[in-house]
Amino acid sequence: MKLSEVIKISWEAIAKNKIRSLLTMLGIIIGVAAVIIMISISAGTEATINDQITSLGTNLIFITPNFGRGGRESFTSNNRGGLVFNDAYAIAQQVPGVSGVTVEQGSTQTVKANGVTLTGISILGTTTDFPTVRSLAVANGTYFDQNAVNLKQKVVILGSSLAEQLFGTADPVGQYVYIGNTQLAVIGVMAPKGAVGGVDYDARAYLPITVVFQKFTPSEFARFRGNEVRLIYVKVDDKAKLNDVILQIQLLLYKRHNVTSSNPDFSITTQDDIITTQESTTAAFRNLLAWVAGVSLIVGGIGIMNIMLVSVTERTREIGIRQSVGATAEDIRIQFLMEALLLSIFGGLIGLVVGLGGSVLFGSLSGMRTVIVPSSVLLAFGSAAVVGVFFGYYPADRAAQLDPIEALRYE
Amino acid sequence: MSTQAIIETVDLKKIYGMGDATVAALDGVSIQIQAGEFVSIIGPSGSGKSTLMHILGCLSRPTSGQYILDRQDISNLDNKQLAAIRNKKIGFVFQAYNLLSRTTAIRNVMLPLMYDRMDSQTQADKEKLAREMLEKVGLGDRMNHMPQELSGGQQQRVAIARALVNNPVMIIGDEPTGNLDSRSGAEILKLFDEIHEQGATIVIVTHDPQIAVYAKRTIALHDGRVESITHNGHRRKQ
Repeated sequence: MKLSEVIKISWEAIAKNKIRSLLTMLGIIIGVAAVIIMISISAGTEATINDQITSLGTNLIFITPNFGRGGRESFTSNNRGGLVFNDAYAIAQQVPGVSGVTVEQGSTQTVKANGVTLTGISILGTTTDFPTVRSLAVANGTYFDQNAVNLKQKVVILGSSLAEQLFGTADPVGQYVYIGNTQLAVIGVMAPKGAVGGVDYDARAYLPITVVFQKFTPSEFARFRGNEVRLIYVKVDDKAKLNDVILQIQLLLYKRHNVTSSNPDFSITTQDDIITTQESTTAAFRNLLAWVAGVSLIVGGIGIMNIMLVSVTERTREIGIRQSVGATAEDIRIQFLMEALLLSIFGGLIGLVVGLGGSVLFGSLSGMRTVIVPSSVLLAFGSAAVVGVFFGYYPADRAAQLDPIEALRYE
Repeated sequence: MSTQAIIETVDLKKIYGMGDATVAALDGVSIQIQAGEFVSIIGPSGSGKSTLMHILGCLSRPTSGQYILDRQDISNLDNKQLAAIRNKKIGFVFQAYNLLSRTTAIRNVMLPLMYDRMDSQTQADKEKLAREMLEKVGLGDRMNHMPQELSGGQQQRVAIARALVNNPVMIIGDEPTGNLDSRSGAEILKLFDEIHEQGATIVIVTHDPQIAVYAKRTIALHDGRVESITHNGHRRKQ
């Protein structure tokens, strides 16, 4: 029998029992829709995290001090411990392919202004490149310039929520705040950024790093080994050069810190490393969801097998008739297998529509971001087809093995 | 043994059961049917006539003995080969019509053509042939009716058209009038007669002597053996 004829016969059998066919397909529909929706939710979550991370600047390298290894704790070599401000200058001047370097050193202080006292405010000493490197913008006023850094000018730029807490709706620019015992002039307010990875970028105050060194993190060893920074950011002008720049920085810092690659006193991470870490967390979540959805596909397959077995029994006489006019076991098997396959493919298609619609709907109702992953659509649809053939085979084989005489006698 | 015999069985046995508890449904049946003959096989229930019909119709295989259909020994063919023989050489007409429900008359008639492994005909050819067959049995105006929209006699006509469509070597009727009232039954027998006149070989299996005498020759079975062979000289005509 021609394949087109087999498809036609199977399709007619499905169409004759619309309600039953729909119920049979339900498991597949739910399974396919679940796979698509769940994967779109986890992909949406991942994309949100990625966006947040890259929203704080792109092509970034983060250099952090390694405490407890080499450097600081061991006084054997000519070590100067951790990272110092001059490391950043050295990187900026000596490593090619770097488009921006900035540092950060922080402290937690009490901030007073306008009659308001806030404790536990994170203050951040940085350089003039900081907004560029970290993709932050000044909403009102200006960021401090190199002159302010060199002259240790007592100026501050407030995060948006910090400014609001201190000054309400009034314009803070031109006002003064006390951080600790130091009076600083507010010269700008940052644009809101929100919280990323547990850090609230809006509740901070930004100061010239030299002021932080002088007033908030004074070190008696600074004279010998330079002022410590907790983080150096390096922005690379071209992503392709990233690994090359990392190598150059490593070589430079090994030399400057007099350490070796086996015992470094600093760590280098990239944004990709951070994203990968985040992704491995969401991937575990996504895999779990995929398995749950996969189980519902299998349940759907069992539903198909169930109904197909009933269908084979009900249509025993039809099978006998077909055998009497020359249908072989193969013909009968193909017919029922095709029916199971069509049921699951059609169920898969409906599930696809439900899944795509559901993803969009869920996204707009919950406010969570959902991203439809084309491969998940293929995966869900493909598994539906596989499930159909797998669970359709046994009933089809039962039909094929029927004895024509018995089948013709069946009432 | 005649060379024109289109059907020939030699010591055909069909034994059911195993070990000591065996029953011989057929116990050495040797018959010959010539091409173009109209034969009836008669016998009470348990005589083995259904078993013989199933073997003649290639729905089952004998336990021993030979069955030669159209000069081909088919006693030992496998299921797939038997299916092909059923498709090409045999046309069945059953007591219960056995049409596919919710399938139009013409598509029922086309069914054997759909399982033709050679697939030598186009869809249009098949439809044309099926239409011709339905016209031949007098249902030219019922082509697109469903079986449930047809009377019993009409359904049996569709079944006969289906049996004829692949131009078989033999048409086997299994109590073809059993489900019909006497008038429709007579019409169906008349139709068989007409087909016979046109050269077809027909074997009718029945328990009813009145039906059996429509055939030219009656083979009576009893306890799995041929009891008698009668030539019906005065054939009734309606």
